[in-house]
Amino acid sequence: MAGIAHLVDFGSTFTKVVVVDLERPAILGQAQHPSTVDTDVTIGLERALEKASGFSDAPVRLRLASSSARGGLRMVAVGLVPALTAEAARQAALGAGAKVIRVFSHELTAADVADLEALRPDLLLLAGGTDGGNRAVVTHNADAIARSRVDAPVIVACNRVASDAVVARLSASGKRCYPTANVLPELDRLDVEPARAVIRDAFVRHIVEAKGLDRAISRVDDIVMPTPAAVMDAATLLAHGTGDEPGWGDLMVVDVGGATTDVHSVSSAPPGQGLVPRGLPEPDAKRTVEGDLGVRVNAHSVAELAHLHELRADLAQALRAPAAKARCDHLAANTGALASSGEESALDVVLGAACVDIAVERHVGHVRETYSTQGTVQLLHGKDLRAVKALVGVGGVFAFGPRPAEVLRAALARAELPHSMRPETPALYHDARYVFYAMGLLARREPALALRLLKATLVPHGSAPAN
Amino acid sequence: MNPTETPGGTPAPDGPVVLLGVLKDIHNLGVLILKHALERAGFRVVNAGAMLSTEELVGAAVETGARVILVSSSYGMAALDADGFRGQCDEAGLDGILLYIGGNLSVSRQNRRWEDIEAEFKALGFDRVYPQDVKLAQVVADLRQDLGLAA
Repeated sequence: MAGIAHLVDFGSTFTKVVVVDLERPAILGQAQHPSTVDTDVTIGLERALEKASGFSDAPVRLRLASSSARGGLRMVAVGLVPALTAEAARQAALGAGAKVIRVFSHELTAADVADLEALRPDLLLLAGGTDGGNRAVVTHNADAIARSRVDAPVIVACNRVASDAVVARLSASGKRCYPTANVLPELDRLDVEPARAVIRDAFVRHIVEAKGLDRAISRVDDIVMPTPAAVMDAATLLAHGTGDEPGWGDLMVVDVGGATTDVHSVSSAPPGQGLVPRGLPEPDAKRTVEGDLGVRVNAHSVAELAHLHELRADLAQALRAPAAKARCDHLAANTGALASSGEESALDVVLGAACVDIAVERHVGHVRETYSTQGTVQLLHGKDLRAVKALVGVGGVFAFGPRPAEVLRAALARAELPHSMRPETPALYHDARYVFYAMGLLARREPALALRLLKATLVPHGSAPAN
Repeated sequence: MNPTETPGGTPAPDGPVVLLGVLKDIHNLGVLILKHALERAGFRVVNAGAMLSTEELVGAAVETGARVILVSSSYGMAALDADGFRGQCDEAGLDGILLYIGGNLSVSRQNRRWEDIEAEFKALGFDRVYPQDVKLAQVVADLRQDLGLAA
C-alpha cells in the first residue's frame, strides 16, 4: 500500500504522532507537541501533525489515535465476592486499558453509592454471580445504581440468568447499559474478552466525546482505544503473530512511565509441572498497573519502597543514599527534569530498575508450599511466567536512558526469590524508538505490517541468564 | 425445582446447585465419582477443586448460589479445618445452607466409635457426616430429603 500512516496518541503531557511508510514498510519518525486536551485538543494535534509532515510528503492513508488524556479511561468495577467476580471484573477492565479507580464487592450500601457518585467514573462494569448462581446481589446492585445519580454507561457482565432483569432495571431508569458475557461464567473459567471488547466500544462511543476528543475526529479516521489497550494489542500481536507469520510466543512487556508502571503478560502455557493452581483462573493476556511506581511523578514513592525485602539489594542500597533521596524529591517536583550528569543518569537507571523489579514481582504468580497426606504440595497463586520467551522494555527509561538492558534485567528470576514465577531466561528487547503503542494501533488495520515493524524495531540484548 | 433424572442423565437446568470440594489435600477421584452420580440424579454440581480452605468454599458457594456444600477430606484432620466453617457461612449470608462432609475424617478412627466422629462433626455444624464407605445412593437420598425434593 503506497502512502503513510499517522499513529496519534493524545497523552496527558504530549500529543505524539508516529509516521509509518506503509509501502516499504518503515517507521519514518515521531513528532510531538504539548497536549492541549484541556482547552482545544486540535491545537496540539495540528502542531504535532505539522512537525510530522517533515518526515514525508506522501499521501496520508491512515490516521488512527489512542488516548490516555484527562485521566485515561477511569472505571469502577462492581462484583460479588472480592476474590471471584469482583476480581474478574477488575481484570476485564484493566485488560481493556482502563484505570480501575475502585472495586466494590457484595451489596452496594448507601455509603458505597455516595462514593460511586463522587468518583464520577467514565464507565462502570457490573458483575456478580457465576452463570446460574447468585442473582440476588447483582440485582440489588442494579437497583442501587438505577436509583443513583451515576450517569456513566454500565457494562453488564454478570450471571447470565440475572442479566435480562439487571438490564431492564437499569434501562428503565434511563441508564445506558451494554450487556455482555459473564466475566466468570464458571468458578474455573474466566471469560474477560467479551467484556473487554464492549468496554472498548463504549470508550469510542461515549468517552471520546466526554473527554473533548471528538473535536479531533475530523482530523483522524478513528480514536480507537485507550493507550494501554494499544500496548496490550501490540504485545498480543507480537506473541501470537498473524495467520501468515508466527509471533514470538509467550512474552512479557514492562512499560515504565513517569507516574505508573504497567506489566503486560501474554501467555497460555499451563503452570509448570508439580504446581497446583489456586484461586481465580488467570487471563492469557494480563495487565497490571502500579500507580505508585514511576520514574518522575512517583520517584519519591519508589525511594520510599527501598525497604521492601523483595527489592534487589543493590537497588535498595542505591535508593537509600541521601543524594538519591534528594534527587527523587527533585524529580517528583520537576517531572520534566532530564539527567544532566553521570550520577543523575545512574539514578535514572536505578529508579527504572526498581520500578521494573517491584512491578514484575506484583504481576507474577507466587508459589507457597504446604503439606498433605501425599507429601509436599506447591500451590500456585497467579501466573507462572518462568518460561516466557521474550521480555520487552517500553517507556522513556528504555528509549532515552542509558543501559536499557540493565533496567530490564531487574525483571528476571533470582535465587533469593525462589517462590516468584518471574521470567528465567527470556530474550531481552527494548523499544528504542518509543513506538510500541503505535504498532498496537496500526495492528487494528494492518496487523501483518505492524508485526513486521515490531520485530524489526525492537532492539535485542541477547538471551540473558537469570541473575 | 425438582431435579428429576432426565434420560441422558443430564442435570435439570434449574435444579439446586451442589458445591463439591476437597479440603486441604489433593485426592479427587472420589469427588469425580460423586459428581457423576449426583449429576445423574439431576443435581447441578459445581466442583470447586482440591486443596481448598473453608474461606474459598464459602466464596464459591456465594457466587454459585449453592444450596449444599459437600466437603470431602481424606487426611484425617478435617475437624481442625472445619472448625468455624458454619460460622463463616452464616457471616457470608449462607445461613441455612446444607453442609455435608465425608471421607477419612479422623486420624484415630480405628480407636473411635463412628457415632463419636459423627457427633463431633455435627457439633461443628454439619448436617450430614459420612464414613469412607458410604453408598452414593445414600447421599443422593439424603440430599433429596433435606432439600424437600421428591424421591
